[in-house]
Amino acid sequence: MSLLKLENVEKYYGNKSSLTKAVDNISFDVEKGEFTAIMGASGSGKTTLLNCISTIDRVTAGHIYLEDTDITKLKGKELNKFRREKLGFIFQDFNLMDTLTAYENIALALSIQKYSAKDIDKAVKTVAQQLDITEVLSKYPYQMSGGQKQRVASARAIVTNPKLVLADEPTGALDSKSSKLLLERLSFLNHEHDATIIMVTHDSFSASYASRVIFIKDGKVFNEINRGADTRKVFFNKIIDVLTLLGGDVSDAL
Amino acid sequence: MLFKISMSNIRKSMKDYAIYFFTLIIGVAVFYIFNAIESQTAFLNMNEDRREMIRFLTTAISGVSVFVAIVLGLLIVYASRFLMKRRNKEFALYMMLGMSKWKISALLLCETVIIGAGSLFVGLLIGVGLSQIMSAVVANLFEADMSNYRFTVSASAIVKTVLYFGIMYVVVIIRSGFVISRCRLITLMNSGKRSEKITMKNTWVCMIVFILSAVVLSYAYYMVGWNQWNLNTDKIITAIIMGAVATFFIFWSVAGMLLRVIMSVKGVYHKGLNSFTFRQISSKVNTTVASMTVICLMLFLTICTLSTAFIIRNSMNEQIEKNFPIDFFADYGKTETIDGDEYPLYSSIDDEYSQKGLDIRDEFSEYHNFHVYYDREFTLSIFIGDAINDLNGYFESFESAGKSMEPIMKLSDYNALMKLYGKKTIELKENEYALCASFEPMVDIYDRLFSDKHEITLFGNTLANHSHHTIKGYIAPKIQPINTGMFIVPDSIIDEAKEDEGLLVAADVFAGNYKSSDKKETEKIEKEVLEKWKNVMGNIMGEENVGYSYYTNTRIEAANSAVGVSALVTFLGLYIGFVFLVSCGAILALKELSESVDSMPRYTMLRKLGVEEKDITKSIFLQTGIFFLLPLLLACLHSYFGMRLGKFGLDMVVVGSFTKPMFFTAAVVVLIYGGYFLLTFFGSKSIVKEQK
Repeated sequence: MSLLKLENVEKYYGNKSSLTKAVDNISFDVEKGEFTAIMGASGSGKTTLLNCISTIDRVTAGHIYLEDTDITKLKGKELNKFRREKLGFIFQDFNLMDTLTAYENIALALSIQKYSAKDIDKAVKTVAQQLDITEVLSKYPYQMSGGQKQRVASARAIVTNPKLVLADEPTGALDSKSSKLLLERLSFLNHEHDATIIMVTHDSFSASYASRVIFIKDGKVFNEINRGADTRKVFFNKIIDVLTLLGGDVSDAL
Repeated sequence: MLFKISMSNIRKSMKDYAIYFFTLIIGVAVFYIFNAIESQTAFLNMNEDRREMIRFLTTAISGVSVFVAIVLGLLIVYASRFLMKRRNKEFALYMMLGMSKWKISALLLCETVIIGAGSLFVGLLIGVGLSQIMSAVVANLFEADMSNYRFTVSASAIVKTVLYFGIMYVVVIIRSGFVISRCRLITLMNSGKRSEKITMKNTWVCMIVFILSAVVLSYAYYMVGWNQWNLNTDKIITAIIMGAVATFFIFWSVAGMLLRVIMSVKGVYHKGLNSFTFRQISSKVNTTVASMTVICLMLFLTICTLSTAFIIRNSMNEQIEKNFPIDFFADYGKTETIDGDEYPLYSSIDDEYSQKGLDIRDEFSEYHNFHVYYDREFTLSIFIGDAINDLNGYFESFESAGKSMEPIMKLSDYNALMKLYGKKTIELKENEYALCASFEPMVDIYDRLFSDKHEITLFGNTLANHSHHTIKGYIAPKIQPINTGMFIVPDSIIDEAKEDEGLLVAADVFAGNYKSSDKKETEKIEKEVLEKWKNVMGNIMGEENVGYSYYTNTRIEAANSAVGVSALVTFLGLYIGFVFLVSCGAILALKELSESVDSMPRYTMLRKLGVEEKDITKSIFLQTGIFFLLPLLLACLHSYFGMRLGKFGLDMVVVGSFTKPMFFTAAVVVLIYGGYFLLTFFGSKSIVKEQK
């Protein structure tokens, strides 16, 4: 039984005269404990797909199941409850509250789930250790580096032990060193704590940390590769190969 | 083209402009309504006294209007500056597209003109409508007849309003043109980023500053609230400055202080959205310290003005009931001048009336007519002795006051009069006297004398004080009766024939109620009575070396002057109070709404985290509520202690409880300030609402 199941998901924008199929009939499953990367060029529909999974956007057709719940059918309060309890988000631009310290930012995710102050303290400290941000806990976002901010955001995403962590270009605003640090932390969470992660990226280096990469082009699944027993380097090369194929297609069209 | 862009700009930033526009409309309407009172009342039928009162009222209002215009002008400049700051990015875009600074200034001019003209038009429309209601209020207050009333539009008030607001708008236009001409593209483009930097204060410093400010404020409170006897102008000014400075530092530190307190209670701080909410509030308060201070002080002024106005009004109304229990009071006296000194002669109202073949009693259903006497040998200084020196300061020449003879009346007359007034009667033994007075400094002296046995000699009889206290009361009713003392003696010692023993008739007094059952009849009878009185007293056959004095006072006359004073203070109080409250509300609302626009991404984030809509609404409510409540709370505290001083001063002139006026004040504040709070809350809510 897979954790996440997408069935013929479609998302259209516009009206009858000019219809954009951002997501065009996509189906795939994600197993528990998988680290999935979704790759594609700008405008390929990968972020739209992620928004549909995260219930920020509604699908036009199709179904998305998370542990037997059809999340496309959720409404209002159920939707909020679902996001709160089942999902964790990491955004490209961190989306931390600039008025709150790192500690409070992480704690906020727990306090809106009505955890007690004692539990919150324990959980925040544990997750801070896992992400190596203990020393910045009392700082405000404007006092932190981009990498630190993104790790704080990641800590906030996983502190609630969500079923699924959704990351939208998490390394997009980071330098390569910070990116590496963050990705290592994510894969650590994936390996050691069995966190299920779906990461949208257009960066093959980031994608190579995943256990599986789904390529999307023009709203459709173009290809899919599994890391299997490969080293990260080998896997990275495989990704590059697929991307070349993808890119070749684009240049054909030109 | 310019006009088109301006219109679309206004439409686009309607959320920001709505409160501004709304406030302008209220400002214009209030300005018009109060300045139109003169024209509005032109068609009311009322007597000349009241007409005079209204003339005085309108003069006072036009004076206050200058002050009001300055306050509104500052508000408009502040608001427009604030709104302009929010549009820096937009100006940057225009400049990047190659629009000249002149063009941008012209664009702003266009916008200001549209908004100015729009607000003037709508405001005047509302003002004209509401001023018809105002006429009814004035008519009711001055008991005027509205039968000739018709719909009135005051051209002079319109011209005045347009002129005053026109000047304000011109100032705004010049200011914004000046700002545009000086700004640089790079600062405009970066302005959005700069505002994101948050000022975080050290919470411990805040704690210390807060405690220090609270101590300073408490001292200022003590000075005005309890130490009033040692107050002089310098000290009051010191207290006010201390209060204002302490207010500023309290707002500077309150957010940090509260945050520290709440953070120390982990269970509260990390509950739901509390941490977010309190941080939002603290960042808002920390960036509006100066405005908060001004708002707090303005609210303080408003509360004091309004409550003082209502207290005086309330007191006026109660004083009529309390101090004028009868319809008509008159006295008549005759004096003879011998060697430059005046001596009272026997006088009788009845005699004068009957000479004209009239009877004063005709129009009265109940009355009492009596004589007041003097004892040639009994003067104030004989009665109070050395204590006369204590009066130094109350009378210009207390020595001549000491020489004046003291008035005396019969016990039976006093009791009959008190019965007429509906007040307590007294009993005296044959060798006793009583003293009735109301003027506090004199009562103090009398009571000191009465603490012991204090005998006096009148017409050859020795009398002792009947009790250890002065009877507090008055003989002649007035709005604020000042009775320096009337001796009440047993009837037996007074014999009008005994003039050789020093008995003089000081005056003949007549007090009574008309034979009438309703107000209209009372007015009619009063006219007749006063006509007759004038007829009789104005045509007395004069004698050589004899002076005549006659005096009347009626409840209606007293009420007239009371109405004038109470209307004056009520109108001025409401006028200033309205404008101040509107200004305070508008500044807070503008700030809060623009904060909400800035905070939109934060709420989007909260939604992504899965926060319930209900909790977000609660957080906005708390944020807006505390933001509005903080200055109001401190202002209430200020007012409480300020009014202690006010009460100290007012106690000498006003009567009646302070509860009702305070209630009215609270009602006005809640209505306007609370209205702005609600507008802001719903505005913020709709701004941060999920955009789909």
